[in-house]
Amino acid sequence: MTGDDAAVADGGHVTVDAMGLVCPLPIIELAKAARGREAGTEITVLCTDVAARVDVPAWARMTGHEFVGEMKTDGAGIALTVRLR
Amino acid sequence: MFLDASGSAPMTNRTLEAFQAGLADGWTDPARLHTESRRARQLLDASREAIAEALGARPEHTHLAHSPHAAIERVIAGVFTARRGRDRIVASAVERDATLHAATHVAAGNVTTVPVDARGHLDLEAFAAEIAVPDVALAAVQHANHEIGTVQRLADVAALTAAAKVPLLVDATASIGHGPSPAHWDALVANPADWGGPAGLGIVALRPQTRWLPAWPEGDDWAPGGVLVPAVLAAAVALQERREELDATSLRLHGLVSRVRDAAAAWPGVDVVGDPDERLPHVVTFSCLYVDGEALLTRLDREGIAVGSGSACTTSTLEPSRVLAAVGALSHGNVRLGLHPGVTDADIDRLVALMPRVIADLRAEAGAPEVA
Repeated sequence: MTGDDAAVADGGHVTVDAMGLVCPLPIIELAKAARGREAGTEITVLCTDVAARVDVPAWARMTGHEFVGEMKTDGAGIALTVRLR
Repeated sequence: MFLDASGSAPMTNRTLEAFQAGLADGWTDPARLHTESRRARQLLDASREAIAEALGARPEHTHLAHSPHAAIERVIAGVFTARRGRDRIVASAVERDATLHAATHVAAGNVTTVPVDARGHLDLEAFAAEIAVPDVALAAVQHANHEIGTVQRLADVAALTAAAKVPLLVDATASIGHGPSPAHWDALVANPADWGGPAGLGIVALRPQTRWLPAWPEGDDWAPGGVLVPAVLAAAVALQERREELDATSLRLHGLVSRVRDAAAAWPGVDVVGDPDERLPHVVTFSCLYVDGEALLTRLDREGIAVGSGSACTTSTLEPSRVLAAVGALSHGNVRLGLHPGVTDADIDRLVALMPRVIADLRAEAGAPEVA
């Protein structure tokens, strides 16, 4: 198992629970979850911090990954997905 | 080492002396009918004339307000009120909060923001499409951005607003005193504290043909209750002093900012924001991946270095800077520098030498992964 406690893998899709964390912690959790994973893996960050809407796409740009988009959630959180390259 | 001078630059000795002389000679109400009052009036008028001249404006159409915020509120309300039947305001997405808040209030929420590109330049095609609709009361496009330094292409913007017959409000609160004053505007706002004058003063300049109506009870009085005459004198002297050394200072600060930009671009996981060339000489912003903005400011403050930040954790609202969001820049770990003429090469040497260690320490403390 790569990544850390906040990341849960389900096949090729990883979910990072960053609910309640404030910047830069959701991005740190995302980066930890991305470590050692194969290209093509999709990671979704679940969070409440609105700054992540800016910072997840910026992280993808700066680290050479692809920002897929913001997904709808059934709860109060924000779901942001990246695809590793 | 004060590197947060955008919006509030330290006052020079000459400006402080002017302020003191203003207190000695211009302490009374300039609106009364005696010798002391006339002396205060003369100081006020001469100071306003000097400021107007530097802005490329006519003194009789140059108004003083109690702050840059008050100046922005009044000019938006005044011009909007004179455009009866047109009820929408168009603004760039990177305007100051003061501008967007005033526009939202005055136009009852009927405000359209126009996006900018990754370097912060206004999308001219989208802007032209918005102002072509005949419901637009006014357009607000800043001269230069107060956070990232990008200078807008105002000649192109003004050609579009002139063709659409829409008054153009230019927020020059970050640029006056740092380079040539903008030539293209129908209404202009300036901030004396930004060029080393005292805080608590704002300037509005209007073209003679720009129509406005008082949207307030005091008629043509833009600063009800009057302004502090010594502050206006000090603002005029500070601007004069900046202009005497303008070319040399802006060239030198431009070079120092280039050094910061080049150095920061080589630090791992650092996003340098804004246009590297079409920019203010003295403003630069960069963001550091996995770094807490508040911790960064506190650490630098402990090292005796004052900087600004647009990171969410450093604002009261916990919202990230709208400007950083608009250009798609990383918003956390943000450092914003505004250099004043007293900043030396040695100051920047020290900052550039210190930053990589500070960033690495804070990343380690946060348990962040290695940055390639």
